[in-house]
Amino acid sequence: MSTSVKLSKVYKRFGNVEVIHGIDLTVDPGEFTVFVGPSGCGKSTLLRMIAGLEPISGGELLIDDELMNEVPPAKRGIAMVFQSYALYPHMTVYKNLAFGLETAGMRKSEIEDRVRRAAEILQIGQLLDRKPKQLSGGQRQRVAIGRAIVREPRIFLFDEPLSNLDAELRVQMRVEIAKLHRDLGNTMIYVTHDQVEAMTMADKIVVLRMGHVEQVGAPLELYNRPANRFVAGFIGSPKMNFLNAGIEGADARSAAIRVGGGKIALPRPARSASAGQKIEFGVRPEHITIEQRDGRIPFAAAKVDLVENLGGQTLLYTTLADGQSLTISLDGQRAIEVGATVETFIDPATCHLFDAEGRII
Amino acid sequence: MTTIATSGPISAQSRGWLARAWTRNGAGYMFLLPWFIGFFGLTAGPALVSLYLSFTSFDLLTAPRWIGLDNYIRIATADPKFMASMRVTFFFVLVSVPLKLIFALAVAMALNRGIRGLPWYRAIFYLPSLLGASVAISVLWRQLFAGDGLVNSFLANFGIEGPSWISNPNYSIYTLIVLAVWQFGSPMIIFLAGLRQIPQDMYEAAELDGASKWRQFWKITLPLLTPVVFFNAVVQTIEAFKAFTPAFIISGGTGGPINSTLFYTLYLYQEAFGFFRMGYASALAWVLLVIIALFTAFSFLTARYWVHYDD
Repeated sequence: MSTSVKLSKVYKRFGNVEVIHGIDLTVDPGEFTVFVGPSGCGKSTLLRMIAGLEPISGGELLIDDELMNEVPPAKRGIAMVFQSYALYPHMTVYKNLAFGLETAGMRKSEIEDRVRRAAEILQIGQLLDRKPKQLSGGQRQRVAIGRAIVREPRIFLFDEPLSNLDAELRVQMRVEIAKLHRDLGNTMIYVTHDQVEAMTMADKIVVLRMGHVEQVGAPLELYNRPANRFVAGFIGSPKMNFLNAGIEGADARSAAIRVGGGKIALPRPARSASAGQKIEFGVRPEHITIEQRDGRIPFAAAKVDLVENLGGQTLLYTTLADGQSLTISLDGQRAIEVGATVETFIDPATCHLFDAEGRII
Repeated sequence: MTTIATSGPISAQSRGWLARAWTRNGAGYMFLLPWFIGFFGLTAGPALVSLYLSFTSFDLLTAPRWIGLDNYIRIATADPKFMASMRVTFFFVLVSVPLKLIFALAVAMALNRGIRGLPWYRAIFYLPSLLGASVAISVLWRQLFAGDGLVNSFLANFGIEGPSWISNPNYSIYTLIVLAVWQFGSPMIIFLAGLRQIPQDMYEAAELDGASKWRQFWKITLPLLTPVVFFNAVVQTIEAFKAFTPAFIISGGTGGPINSTLFYTLYLYQEAFGFFRMGYASALAWVLLVIIALFTAFSFLTARYWVHYDD
């Protein structure tokens, strides 16, 4: 039986400084929700408020429709995995896993059962007699997750759990946490500033900025239909290209746009735009090609400044006729000379228009 | 060239090496000179001399007379005052050190709660450590705990007639213990630094596990603080063994009443400067050194079982 979490007009203030500004959010039972955003956006604070480690200044937190604002952390049915692992250095792995259960006054035999079971799930059975200092970063992370599992919580909270691991281990642990979610089926809330982690693990992503929710949705929904310029720029790697542009004409069926030193006609409605309006034109590097394909329209000529061959893809850093930069991501390996000029093509369906306030048009 | 004596070139070579070393490091050695003079003239030299004197009979007026192990044999077999001073000193060490550490830790934990004006409180609490071992404070202590002292005046407000704490052999040692505990500032500062090293998320993890503050203290704070406890215990034990001024001032140099404040160092002082038995006093000093060394060695040997180092 999975658990839901509901935040209703939740505020957080430190003295006179408000850092969370009335957030409304629902995490459905069994869902893997990721809070993502740049440093200082309030994602960890929000997680700590759900955990009960930070008092809620205003609004309501409901877990399974039960008001939790004043309920102590241990009684919320949650377990949390910390960025620093927070393992007790003077205790063995076994003792670290058993600590919460001993505190709860559980019988020794049941503690042993639960610890062995968690150790088996995480494949750390052979480490139970070791102290944290004798473990690698990945093993410590497993123990930290194990400590959460043994408590059999309703909700798992993860506060940037992979940020201290190297790139290879991060990918491995990412897969393991996703698998753990699939196996256990619990509600999980995960905080990260890494949008790749968010995209690969989440059922639902919550993009935060400066204590506000910018957009909530499934990973591909955010990728394909960002609500604003911030989300469009934050989701996706390499980052979306933003070019200064102007509307030459717009109606219910199409929009004529001056961008990159040329003019293109987008066969899509831009009702809220008006002729002469200054806008930003957004297109992802991977949505630009240098060959004409079905459904693509000519975009602009681009002078290649730098070529990065990554093996599976080739990144071109280019400059358009009006001096604006454009990054292009091409599949496979390409033999393109620096200094060459390439003709680019785009699919109008994958282009985004933003007004001066960054809202999608 | 071949007529030069064999030692000539070597001697010149060695002079050359010395000259080069002096040119290279001379300034450094000049800076070290005060320390060298202090160490060899005031510490190492007198210590070695006292080791020699401990095997002699020496009264300052006549030349030391070699008597072998007689002083040590007398200490071990025929000196009731030695045993009395050992009892007093051990009692003082075993009671005052734990009490001081507990008090210092309690105050450090109170100060570690993020209160305002922490630097002021820290300075105020540290003040007794600066003043505590001084003659002036010892004289003040004598006034406080005398029959007509401030403590008894305070107790009289509640209808309690207190004894003369420093003249009563049952209580006098406790006035010295209270004075020692009052000088908790130094271990407190070190405890405070240690407490600040414990990551906050350990407590948060424990809180999520439902651990009460009491359990957090026993299961997290204290184990993680054991390196600091160990350091403080060793330093304070050595200090307590060496305590002298308060006992000297409060008992008027006698160690009384009835030897109840006869600290080992006080007895050593009496032997050396009261009876001018310098050889015997030197032997007492070396016995104290061995006792402190044994205590310290014991602490280090047992540390592996109770001190938790992160790395």
